[in-house]
Amino acid sequence: MTAMVKAEHVRKRFGRLEVLRGISLEVQPGEVMVIIGPSGGGKSTFLRCVNHLEKIDGGRLWVDGELVGYRQDAALLHELREREVARKRSEIGMVFQRFNLFPHMCALENVIEAPVRVKKIRHDEAVRRARVMLERVGLADKAGAYPAQLSGGQQQRVAIARALAMDPKLMLFDEPTSALDPELVGDVLGAMQQLAQDGMTMIVVTHEMGFAREVGDRLVFMDGGVIVEEGAPRDVLAGAREDRTRAFLSKVL
Amino acid sequence: MSSPEPEAIRAVPVRHWGRWVSALVVSLLAAWLVQAAVNSHFIDFHVVRRFITKPIILKGLRNTLILSVAAQGTGIVLGVIFAVMRLAKNPVMKVVSAFYIWFFRGTPVLVQLFFWFNGVPSVFKHLTIAVPFTHITLYSTPMVKFMTPFTAAFLGLSLNEGAYMAEIVRAGILSVDEGQIDAAQALGMRSMMTMRRIVLPQAMRVIIPPTGNEFISMLKTSSLASAITYAELLRVAGDIYSTNLEPVPLLVVASIWYLVLTSVASVGQYYLERRFARGRARALPETPFQRIRRNLARAPRL
Repeated sequence: MTAMVKAEHVRKRFGRLEVLRGISLEVQPGEVMVIIGPSGGGKSTFLRCVNHLEKIDGGRLWVDGELVGYRQDAALLHELREREVARKRSEIGMVFQRFNLFPHMCALENVIEAPVRVKKIRHDEAVRRARVMLERVGLADKAGAYPAQLSGGQQQRVAIARALAMDPKLMLFDEPTSALDPELVGDVLGAMQQLAQDGMTMIVVTHEMGFAREVGDRLVFMDGGVIVEEGAPRDVLAGAREDRTRAFLSKVL
Repeated sequence: MSSPEPEAIRAVPVRHWGRWVSALVVSLLAAWLVQAAVNSHFIDFHVVRRFITKPIILKGLRNTLILSVAAQGTGIVLGVIFAVMRLAKNPVMKVVSAFYIWFFRGTPVLVQLFFWFNGVPSVFKHLTIAVPFTHITLYSTPMVKFMTPFTAAFLGLSLNEGAYMAEIVRAGILSVDEGQIDAAQALGMRSMMTMRRIVLPQAMRVIIPPTGNEFISMLKTSSLASAITYAELLRVAGDIYSTNLEPVPLLVVASIWYLVLTSVASVGQYYLERRFARGRARALPETPFQRIRRNLARAPRL
């Protein structure tokens, strides 16, 4: 079976700062991988590399068996054209820490925008599906609301519906609950848990250890641009092998 | 221990004598000015009334409006193009755009109008559209025939306006949160579509207020076209008073129409701003009519 995501020695630098220093991992279809670690450790950068929002400087990265951002032709790597990169991105959903809903569109318009414009789905069909998606995240009654009229938790659930509307094969979550008031975190995590139960392949960067334990199939601890430790969430959270992992967990648990 | 509810404060309000005095002085001065103007017969209102709706004046008004709208519209399109070029990754695009803005913002628009109307036809005798590097000519006309007062005024004003609009549009584009672009790209949108569907609509909120100012300014700047004989409002008024020797009433006629145009434009700008504020604020700001009604319901206070 092809891994949904496969990374081999992925490197990324911003100027002189090397943010990813050789990341290797695999995510199988249907698996939920949770990435934890201190800020600045490269978690978000890695996630952004997976859908080519950042270009990697070294190593190889595959999504569903295809190289990310490049085409291998014998020994030569060719950069992909924008159209091809965009097509691949359209198959990967991404949810951001600060939601990034389009503020000039209501919830429903946010959700149908990409299906209509990118996938060229008929408008009425897109609306029908968007309503199903909003229903799924518990916001069927907020279809006409603009982002400014929604709470953070509602905005993030609309953002999840927006990503799901593209029928992605992989979902990336970049600290989806970090910008939320504590009492709103539960709704968003609930929507994500439902998604995981439905069999979605997910990579989740988060500080929610409870979610990692309950929903995650595998936990990765990343620090200083490398994977320090990985394993089953319960094992890592209960008894980390590495000192750095233990030191981090003692601060957040 | 229980203390009695403290008594509500009932104090004598401070009297703002200064405000009363200054309001009185300014009102008197204004009244005196109006009275002086009326009594001196400085403005012959009969002449004003006779000319204000003369067909020739209305034609000038129409030409002012056509020139302003055409130049502003083209200026906006040029502004978007040059702003996007300025922000492009391609260094040639950047440099060309920066040069355009530097040149057209840096020279007086009146000089540019003379340049198009007098300068260009004196150097280029014919306007010729031909297939490059061949002798095949598609279209040719004498430059003086092509470069009419309207063409010259339109070219001069819109190219000048494009430079200002480019800076306004650029500021608007830069005001949009980068997360918006991330989100659009992550959904599979390409950069042109991201610009058109996500960035520009949000940039509009920042772009519209200064663009409204630009248009109001354009309505007045278009009067410079009178210097190259374009029959806009000021030019026709000037033509009339050069024969009837009544400059003041005719300048008043022109001014009244300019005020009407700019007032209508301000109202339009207000409603456009409201429309693009959609989704930003929880409630739309009230319209001027709603505000007037609310203010009338409240006693004015000094």
